[in-house]
Amino acid sequence: MNLDLARWQFAITTVYHFIFVPITIGTGFLVAGMQTAWYRTNNLKYLRATKFFGKLFLINFAMGVVTGIVQEFQFGMNWSSYSRFVGDIFGAPLAMEGLLAFFLESTFLGIWIFGWDRLPKKLHLASIWIAATGTLLSAYFILAANAWMQHPVGYKMNAELGRAELTDIVKVLTQNTAVAAFAHTIPAAFFTAGGFVAGVAAWLLIRKRDVEMARPALKLGLITVIIAFIAVSITGDWTSRIMTQQQPMKMAAAEALYDTTDNAPFSLLTIGTLDGSRPVYQIDLPSMLSLLSTGDTNGVVKGVANLQAEYSAKYGADNYIPNIPLAYWSFRLMIGFGGLAFLFALLTLWRMRKGGLPTSKWFGRAMLTMPFLPLLANSLGWIFTETARQPWAVFGLIKTADGVSPTVSAGSVATTMIGFTVLYGVLAVIEFGLMFRAIKVGPEAITSSPDNEVGGDSTRPLVMSY
Amino acid sequence: MTLQTLWFILIAVLWIGYFVLEGFDFGVGILLRTVAKTQAERRAVLTTLGPVWDGNEVWLLVAGGATFAAFPEWYATLFSGFYLPLFLILVALIIRGVGFEYRSKYGRESWRARWDIAIVISSALPALLWGVAFANIVRGVPLVRDSYGVIQYDGGFFNLLNPFGLLGGLVTLSLFTTHGAIFLALKTDGVIRERANALVTKLGLAAAVFAVAFLVWASSLVNKPLVWVLSAVTAVCWLAALGMNLKAREGWAFIFSSLTLALAVTTLFFALYPNVMPNLNGPDGLTITNASSTHYTLTIMTWVAVVMTPLVVIYQGWTYWVFRKRVSATQIMDAEKGVLDTVNL
Repeated sequence: MNLDLARWQFAITTVYHFIFVPITIGTGFLVAGMQTAWYRTNNLKYLRATKFFGKLFLINFAMGVVTGIVQEFQFGMNWSSYSRFVGDIFGAPLAMEGLLAFFLESTFLGIWIFGWDRLPKKLHLASIWIAATGTLLSAYFILAANAWMQHPVGYKMNAELGRAELTDIVKVLTQNTAVAAFAHTIPAAFFTAGGFVAGVAAWLLIRKRDVEMARPALKLGLITVIIAFIAVSITGDWTSRIMTQQQPMKMAAAEALYDTTDNAPFSLLTIGTLDGSRPVYQIDLPSMLSLLSTGDTNGVVKGVANLQAEYSAKYGADNYIPNIPLAYWSFRLMIGFGGLAFLFALLTLWRMRKGGLPTSKWFGRAMLTMPFLPLLANSLGWIFTETARQPWAVFGLIKTADGVSPTVSAGSVATTMIGFTVLYGVLAVIEFGLMFRAIKVGPEAITSSPDNEVGGDSTRPLVMSY
Repeated sequence: MTLQTLWFILIAVLWIGYFVLEGFDFGVGILLRTVAKTQAERRAVLTTLGPVWDGNEVWLLVAGGATFAAFPEWYATLFSGFYLPLFLILVALIIRGVGFEYRSKYGRESWRARWDIAIVISSALPALLWGVAFANIVRGVPLVRDSYGVIQYDGGFFNLLNPFGLLGGLVTLSLFTTHGAIFLALKTDGVIRERANALVTKLGLAAAVFAVAFLVWASSLVNKPLVWVLSAVTAVCWLAALGMNLKAREGWAFIFSSLTLALAVTTLFFALYPNVMPNLNGPDGLTITNASSTHYTLTIMTWVAVVMTPLVVIYQGWTYWVFRKRVSATQIMDAEKGVLDTVNL
């Protein structure tokens, strides 16, 4: 009971937090790019874009910040046994993230928001770049911590204290699982931000509002989506190869492949059950799975049933099979939603060449989905990679069931779970309301360059106030 | 000095940073409706926090992360033990942060009034609960060794609300509120400055009564002569802060109230050392030795902390320099209007 509630709580708070994270990481850099364009050209359309998307970015960032605190606290609150077991290793990247990244992003973002009339233009521009770099650093440390859960390295077991102990921090921070996760997650964040900017800009364009600004913004968004999708595909392929070596069960679950096979096909979709009996209807790409996961069409891909037997022998009798339908569908839908956004972006960009613009109804509808498709792909990717590692919290070392806090009652976990869920629900309504409103309000009419007189006296009106 | 002692000190430093910085954030939030009546005044008050509140809160995140890395047993026992108070603190910090960012987006009276009340409550609640939590840590809480030999909290929620814990809560609540008033007197101009300045003495004397009672009680619990000395110095600093405020020397008042908070945390950690969570019911408590990470992990984290912490202090200090000017209500244009009220272009 405790365990289920704690798991649901982790799932809800983490998926929710990660709605805001990729938008923040990607949009931070895109806004920094817009401001750089303004700095270089003095063209006011870029300033309008900076301020407009900056406003949306900040509405989103606030939610990312406040929901992030819960993330750090709930390891100790709901997962104290896990925290004791991994603290010597897992705590280090978390503390580094705080010291190196959180301070940087929060401080310099504060400077950026309120510093328009307080700093020389160049320094003010630098502040958004520094804040954006902070988000990248933050991503790296937390992904290294997560990679250690997928594939523990650089540690030894201390039987007396019953915990894993760090022996090589360099390995933890530089293992290929961490590097690949970073290389996959960051383009995914740009993919999300590109979709977000494109969707918003298209909304303005359809209503013929600030076309001068919205058109280049749409183009920026679409190009970001296209480049990021290509990068995300390449690193996704790399990630899945690493996954096949390090967590073969996860790959087998993603494919609902029950028996070890060479020349394994890649299943596109299945109708019927995924319980290992024969599916009602299935579309396969011959040999593709072997190629994707081993780099060879004749490569052997291990099946769920074989791995279950292997793990039972190695780790003791237990159920080592994750939720297969969830793994199968989240993996496919991640790719599917991502691919759809990529196609929309390609088609729209094609129609935009030589100054044209798609006017049809499908364009409006497709662009309306652009902020959401990449977000769904992000969430599903994480749901896949975390649920298909189960029953392990740290692969091969500690099971999720053994990580939960033994002293916290089910009633307490239920209280906090309901509390956070209700609070998050209310905040989602408020946040989406503000976001839609801010888009509807549109870019400010800035017709002359701000004088940017630094300092000023204390009676001058403030450019930015709460 | 062992690395464990060094990390004990570093974690104290992080809490000092947190209480000094977010301490005045809490105070400003609590006083929002008291020192500021008009929309322009309220927005001026919130603008003093605007550029800094998020960076201030990171001190808490780093204190939490550093405890996880350096003393995992402490982190695990404390966070799973003080479960509901931490939940309440988290909820309050979420509402407060969002409140700062969203409350002035619309001009609507009801929207703003609700957020203002939310900001006041969600600032007061953590200000109180941090004191309750720290008082309990110093006093000791019921701990048991479970069948795996792990030291677990064994007390529930209401056990934390004992008289000593509640007095500790009143101390932080009143200290942070006064500290916030001193900050506002330093950072604002006009009527807000006057109101804040006038509030400091009243609030500060109430805080002094609570704090002296608490420090005497705490000092008698731990039987360390130096704790008495530190307590006395803390009290003197506080009186200096109040005196400077009376003379309208706001900068000095703020320096002294910050020093007071720093010394108060120092006193608590000194009283605690070498324990990190003493056991109320026996000798089996958590100490810097049995709660700590390995020498290797502590060494790496020491390098990171020793290089990064001074840098953070420098660039965060620079932010305060950039935004050193006082904010006054007359500088807020169209205070009644929210940026999302009218459709542009």
